[in-house]
Order: sequence, then C-alpha cells, then structure tokens
Amino acid sequence: MMMSDSFAVMIIVATIASGIRLATPFLLASLGEALGQRSGVLNLGVDGVMLLGAFGAYYTVLQSNNLYYGLLVGIAIGLLIGVFYAFITLNLQAEQGVSGIGIYLFGLGMSDLLFQKFVGTPRPILPFMPLDIPVLSGLPVVGEMLFQHSIIVYIAFGLVPVMSFVLYRTTYGLNIRAIGENPEAADSLGVSVMATRYSAIIIGNGLAGLAGAALAIELGIFQQNLTNAMGFIAIALVYFGAWSPKGVMIGSLVFGLVQAIVLQCKTFGVIPRSASDLAAMAPAIITILALVVVAKRFKQPSALTKPYVRGG
Amino acid sequence: MMKKFNLSLSALLLALFLLSPSALLASGKALRVAIIAPSAQNDLAFTQSIVDGINAIKKDRDIELAITDGTFVVEDAAAAIRDYAKKGYDLVIAHGSQYGGSLKEIAPDFPDTAFAWGTSADTFGLPNVSSYEAASDQGGYVMGVMAAAMSKKGGVGVIGPIEVGDAKLYVDGFVMGAKAQNPKIRAKVNYIGSFSDVALAAEAARAHMAAGADVLTGTAQMVVGAIGAARAKRVAWFGTQANQTELAPEIVVASQVYKWEVILKKIIADMDNGVKGGKMYDINLANNGIVIEFNDAYKLDPAVKEAGMKAIAGIKDGSIVTSHK
Repeated sequence: MMMSDSFAVMIIVATIASGIRLATPFLLASLGEALGQRSGVLNLGVDGVMLLGAFGAYYTVLQSNNLYYGLLVGIAIGLLIGVFYAFITLNLQAEQGVSGIGIYLFGLGMSDLLFQKFVGTPRPILPFMPLDIPVLSGLPVVGEMLFQHSIIVYIAFGLVPVMSFVLYRTTYGLNIRAIGENPEAADSLGVSVMATRYSAIIIGNGLAGLAGAALAIELGIFQQNLTNAMGFIAIALVYFGAWSPKGVMIGSLVFGLVQAIVLQCKTFGVIPRSASDLAAMAPAIITILALVVVAKRFKQPSALTKPYVRGG
Repeated sequence: MMKKFNLSLSALLLALFLLSPSALLASGKALRVAIIAPSAQNDLAFTQSIVDGINAIKKDRDIELAITDGTFVVEDAAAAIRDYAKKGYDLVIAHGSQYGGSLKEIAPDFPDTAFAWGTSADTFGLPNVSSYEAASDQGGYVMGVMAAAMSKKGGVGVIGPIEVGDAKLYVDGFVMGAKAQNPKIRAKVNYIGSFSDVALAAEAARAHMAAGADVLTGTAQMVVGAIGAARAKRVAWFGTQANQTELAPEIVVASQVYKWEVILKKIIADMDNGVKGGKMYDINLANNGIVIEFNDAYKLDPAVKEAGMKAIAGIKDGSIVTSHK
C-alpha cells in the first residue's frame, strides 16, 4: 500500500509516541528494581507491587477524582510493601526468589479481592490528559512525538538522570553500589548494610507502586491482573540495561517501541494475520537476545541475592 | 412369594428413581452448577456473560452456583474443574476455548457429572461433555454494517485478542458487514496476541485512530483499555459479549449481548431427561441468544440504526448469510 509522505510521517510519529507511552510503566518499575539489585537484593514481586499500587491509585481516583492523590497512594502502597519485603529478606533472611514470588502472588490475589469487594464491575476514571507545554507541544513532528504526553511520562524519564546522579555522584549511591558488590568491605568501612539495603528496597518498591499507579491512571481503568506480567519484564529489563538507569531506559524504550512497531505493522497489514501471534512475541524475543549479549559483557552485582550476616 | 417379589421390585425401582440424576434434578433439590472462567465475573465481557446467563435462570430454577473466575492459567482452571467434579456438582461449565484439552482429560473420570464448555463445537465424542458457541459473527456483521454507515473518514478499526473461537467469528463478521455496507471501507484488524494486555489494547486503538479509523470495535476482556483510548478521542465504539455502555456512555453506540441462558436452559432440560452431553448448542440472533442492545444516550443517526435493523432482519430470515454455519 502506498502512503503519502505526510501520512507516513504521521504514522511514524504516532508509533514513536506509542512506544514511549508503552515504555513508561516498564521504566518506572525497572528503575526501582535496578536500585534494589544494585544493593544486592532481588525482588521478583515487582508485578504484585505494581498491581496493588494500580488498584490503590485507581480506587483513590474513583473516590476522590484527584489523579495526584492516586499517584501518591500508589507510591505509599509500594513503600509499605517495601518495608515488609525488606523485613522478610533482611531481618528474617528469607530466600529472595521465593519471597519475591510470594509478594507477587499476594499482590495478584489481594488486588483482585479488593477490586471485587470495593468496586466490582470496571468503572472508568478520568485519565491524565496530555500536557500542553508552551511552544514545545506545538512543534511540528517532534511536538507530538515527545511533548504531548501525560505528566507520568515526564516523571518516569525525568527520574533517569536523577537516579544516575544519586547512584554515581552521591555517597549514598556509592554505598548502594558498594554493598551490592562487597557488603563485608562496605561494612568494615562503616557503611550500614542493613539501613542502606532497607532504603534501596523501600524506594525501589515505591517506584514499582508508582509504575502500577501510572498504568491504571493512564488507562483510566482497573481490572484483574491489569499489569499482565509487566513486572517480570521490568526485571528482565534491569539485566538488559546492565543495572544502570540509562541502560534500563534504553531497554524499556526498545521494548515499548518494538511493541508499538508490531502493532502499527499489524494495523496496516504489513504483518499478515497468520503471523500475528508470532509477531506479538517479537519484544520478548528481542529482550532475550539482548540479555544473552549483556550477560556476556556485564557482570551482575556480586552480592545479588546473597544475605549479609556480619561475621557470617 | 409373588408379594415378596413385587415388594422387592418396587423397592428397587424406587431406589433407582431416587438415585437417577433426572429424579434428583426434578425433585426440587438445588441444581449444583460450577463455572470456571478466565477473567473476572464482572468483566463486562466474556466471563460476565455466562454468569449473567446462569443468574437469569436462577429466577425459575433452584440453582446453587459456584464460580472460579480469573483462571487465566489453564492448569489452575483444570484443577478447579476436577475439584468441582469431585465435589459432586451436577453441571461444570468450563467457559473458555483454552480449557478444551483439560476437559477432554478430566471428563472421562467423572461419568456422572455433566460438563459444558465453550466456545467450541467439539464434544470430543464424550457422552458427558456438551459444547456451546455464540454466532458472534452475526452480531459482528450488524455492528460492521452500522460502523461503515457511520464512518465519515471511511475507516473502521477492530482490536482482537488471538485469532480463535468467538473472537475470530466476531471480527470476521464485523469486517464482512462493514464491506457489505460500503465496499470501499478500510476495515483494519489488529489481533494484539493477548486476551489480557489492557495497555496494548489501548495502543492498538490509538494506532487505528492514527491510521484514520473513526469507528472502533473490539472483543475480549482487554478491550477496556481500547474503550478508554477511544473515549479520550470521542471515537464511536461498538461493544460485544456484554453491554459495555457503562464503560463509556458517550461513545458506545450499541453492544452485542450474549444471552447464554437460552442454551443453558436447553442443557439443563437435557440433563433432566438424563442426557449429560454429546450435544452442541449455539446462541444466535434467531433464537434470541444474541441481542443487539443500543445505548439510548448515544445520538445515533436513524438511518444508521435502520441499516442495523435491516441487517438483523436479513440474518434472521436467512437472506443474509454470515460465516457462521
């Protein structure tokens, strides 16, 4: 099918904008997970935290009509679960993989139970509207592609330089990286492994809660298993991004853009319907291939998943 | 001797009568029905439609209903199916095409339990398995006719999950109806590859709108995301499986609604007569198992509604044949 040049540009712009929107919840969740993993703690429960954050935000907006309250509640729920997860992994020294799955199953079941109990049938909420940024939103091509998104998108991408700064330019970031590599050495230098890991886990879970809240508010709806395993993809994207904020941003964008491109190709029949299901796997396949490459080039934090016991 | 034989025979016949399922069903004892379904029981889509169907029958029949919803993992559904059969439920409904393989393995172990599953036409040749289908292509055709009649840009978009079963029938029917109404219409279909990815469904709707579609439809439980995206741009939406008006009263024009009670009544009547399976049932426009419910709050052009009503009449009288057998 032939397209006019202007129509083709419009479609490319729409595809990139779509990719950015799709990448946003992955980015928020994987930034949080990256922080926790840099401190040496794996959290497989990201998806469960996202689901609880999503329900909390949705229900808050449904009751209050205030989108910002929704975001705050989503973050607060994530922080609370973070405290709980830190307690069971750090104080009780539970096996991180298993306890993470426990958090996921808890979030999956509890978010649905609360939804059934307090809401029932899906009821729409008003989502965030795209921001109208003076001058920038009106720019041809670039305006629609980059400057007509909701505030959540800018929060997510704005967090990338913030987290890079914290991780690589502050003492706190240095401590996190140090205890993720060699907690014994960090401890011997006076760094509190427990407190630093606690804070990294709590902030990381707060970001997962925000990711869920962002998803529910962007979509303007909640339903059972809304995240559809996004949290697990976010964990994969941390490996894809080699545990750096910039890396996970690139991973999230690649994943979102591939999803958007596949969608657009299907819409225009570039991908035949017979290959539709196969094409839907493209983002996952690309992520797996990237993981293979990253695994050869980068090393995960040495103390990842290893509980720390002073003198142990 | 003869008197003793008659007494024994009477006792035996009485025992057989009391133990027979039909007697149990007709004796006023509550019929125990279990539903296993992939999404939430109030999803305004596929799962809600079967729950609504049983609830409609409950007005006339004493039914003890148990529901296990949200079993998007087939193994979980299989465990629930087996569990209900073990607990002696009279009718176990596995509401999802994906549950067929599990049912084929489980049903022979419980010959006294009646199983029903759908949407499918396959009973696996088992005497205690019934299957059911919705002629969703018929409603899809009607929606397609109205969508094409409404479209000002000459483009309509469809969001589907995976190209199987009821979803495929609806999508094919919609495209067929749209092209029958306007052969030049651009009817684009996007199967997103998931029944549950709400975010992807929303982006699929946005992709359709960017490509010039000004009327949208979609099927399966993930379309709540697509409806939200359409609502933000005030693009008209046609619903299916359940009445989706309350999700977006400003844009939902009409919904194809499944009335599963039509075939559930038949399945239960057959059970009363001792038939536990081996039959295929379907709902369609002619047997009122499928109805088109319009959103009265939507200002629909009377000519568009007229085109839809004509399509309904044509399908009912056989002058219009959709892909459904």
